[in-house]
Amino acid sequence: MSGLEQLYQQIILEHSKQRTGEGLIEAEGKRAASNHQYNPTCGDEINLRVILKDQEEVIESISWEGNGCSISMAAASVLSEMAPGMTTQEFQALVDDFREMLRSRGTVEPDEEVLGDAAAFAGVSRFVARVKCAMLSWVAAEEAAKEASA
Amino acid sequence: MAIEYRTSPGAPLTNDLVRELRKDFPILDRTVNGNALTYLDTGATSQNPLQVLDAEREYYLGANSAVHRGAHTLAVDATDAFEDARRTVAGFINAAETELVWTSNATEALNLLTYSFANASQGIGGHDAARFALGEGDEIVTTEQEHHANIIPWQILAERTGATLRYIPVTDEGLIDYEAAQTIVSDRTRVLTFTHVSNVAGSVTDVEMLVSLARKVGAITVLDACQSVPHMPVDVKKLGVDFAAFSAHKMLAPTGIGALYGRNELLEAMPPFLTGGSMITKVTMNEAQWMPAPIKFEAGTQRVSQAVAWAAAVRYLDHLGMDQVHAWEAHLGQLLAEGIAEIPGIRLIGPAAGQPRAGLAAFHVEGVHPHDVGQLLDEKGIAVRVGHHCAQPLHRALGLTASTRASAYIYNTTEDIERFVDQLSTVRAYFGY
Ligand SMILES: Cc1ncc(COP(=O)(O)O)c(C=O)c1O
Repeated sequence: MSGLEQLYQQIILEHSKQRTGEGLIEAEGKRAASNHQYNPTCGDEINLRVILKDQEEVIESISWEGNGCSISMAAASVLSEMAPGMTTQEFQALVDDFREMLRSRGTVEPDEEVLGDAAAFAGVSRFVARVKCAMLSWVAAEEAAKEASA
Repeated sequence: MAIEYRTSPGAPLTNDLVRELRKDFPILDRTVNGNALTYLDTGATSQNPLQVLDAEREYYLGANSAVHRGAHTLAVDATDAFEDARRTVAGFINAAETELVWTSNATEALNLLTYSFANASQGIGGHDAARFALGEGDEIVTTEQEHHANIIPWQILAERTGATLRYIPVTDEGLIDYEAAQTIVSDRTRVLTFTHVSNVAGSVTDVEMLVSLARKVGAITVLDACQSVPHMPVDVKKLGVDFAAFSAHKMLAPTGIGALYGRNELLEAMPPFLTGGSMITKVTMNEAQWMPAPIKFEAGTQRVSQAVAWAAAVRYLDHLGMDQVHAWEAHLGQLLAEGIAEIPGIRLIGPAAGQPRAGLAAFHVEGVHPHDVGQLLDEKGIAVRVGHHCAQPLHRALGLTASTRASAYIYNTTEDIERFVDQLSTVRAYFGY
């Protein structure tokens, strides 16, 4: 695979166009928090909302609006598909693994069992300038999940 | 050391001649991702020819020492080289040597101006400086087309002084709206500041028109000449602007140095911004007297080797002839605009193909983010700029957050443009459009 094919895996290209979670879900009366992240170098931004289940520390939904490159849009979409149903603890562990993989400059082999579709972003870690793109929505979700369960 | 050039002075630029010139730029021979490098990001920063790098090295090998201080021979040689550089760079824009202040870049030049105005507004510089003092009711006018370097310093100055910052809007194509300019510039306008060539739209501003508007109301004019001085003949006297700012690194010279041009009379009256060593005559515990301009504005140890290198870059450009440089870039700019405009789903920003433009073109690829466009091009060794190009207000006015920009210079051939256009035409399909 060329470097470019590693970066733009089919899963990423698909998610960047058929996006899960796009469009903020109404959170009135729910345990929820929103977070905004901005990448000043490219102007990409995301506004993301985490809604928890009523009585449990379990993510009910992740929804978002924003604009950015294919990597950042796909990362937000994959995240919104994977997170619902996870406990906030499980979710934090996933974020940690995702971050470790992205910061590894290609040295960490992704565990597809754990990372699922998010493993498709392993190639991004070789493109240091694009790591931020993939992390943008995940950081927003990490912050929002913490705040919602606080 | 006599400087050698590969081409005869003032020869028209052609692909063959450019191929000769490229031998002066070894960096252009490197590969990127296994492909020959196609460098189309001069709008951000240019490459340096050997003649410029050698000049800097020669200075360090033979003359390096502190300028304007000390009486030993090296110090004299260094001071000569430094002041010769000033004459050379000033002469390039038809300014007197006393009218050129070294700064670290164009951004600092514009900040120098606004901080000096702020000082004047507080009474520093006394009676002479009162013409730069701003206060409530005064207006500073800039344009929506500007680089952030020509926006934020004025925002801060307005905040400091109580003056109001106003903008001449841009049209749907991102061009300065001259009709609106006529109503926005008024008796209250004290400063009119604008770019000469837009780093995004590639348009050339009607300086004559804006200067005449400013003159009618007695406003000071400031020209952001970052994208013009490197690419076309610029004569500040003919243009009639009061101040101008530009950077060396966009014109074949190293980073770290830029300049502010100011009319003699104005620089003499303006209070300094940075203060300290070198810029004074007499210092007591309570006050200091300043050197005459331009030294008054050059506190601390200066960037001597960069000045020397910059002068070598100016000589290189002079050897090519700025008319020839301009003609070649106008040609490359048209090829860029035509090539981009012909690709379905891509919107060209700025003047339409066939209209006058500089040797750069920014564009929006529908459905594909500029970062992704840049990545695909980089895979083929083509270096372009992606993002907001430090012009967020302009992008907002165009309904965009970012764009992609290709910008050419004397070392680009028409084949570079063709290679770029060919690759660009594959981008939308790659992303499934
Ligand atoms: C039009 C314009 N103005 C100002 C600047 C700022 O130049 P510098 O970063 O060298 O100060 C640039 C370069 O990015 C520019 O293109």
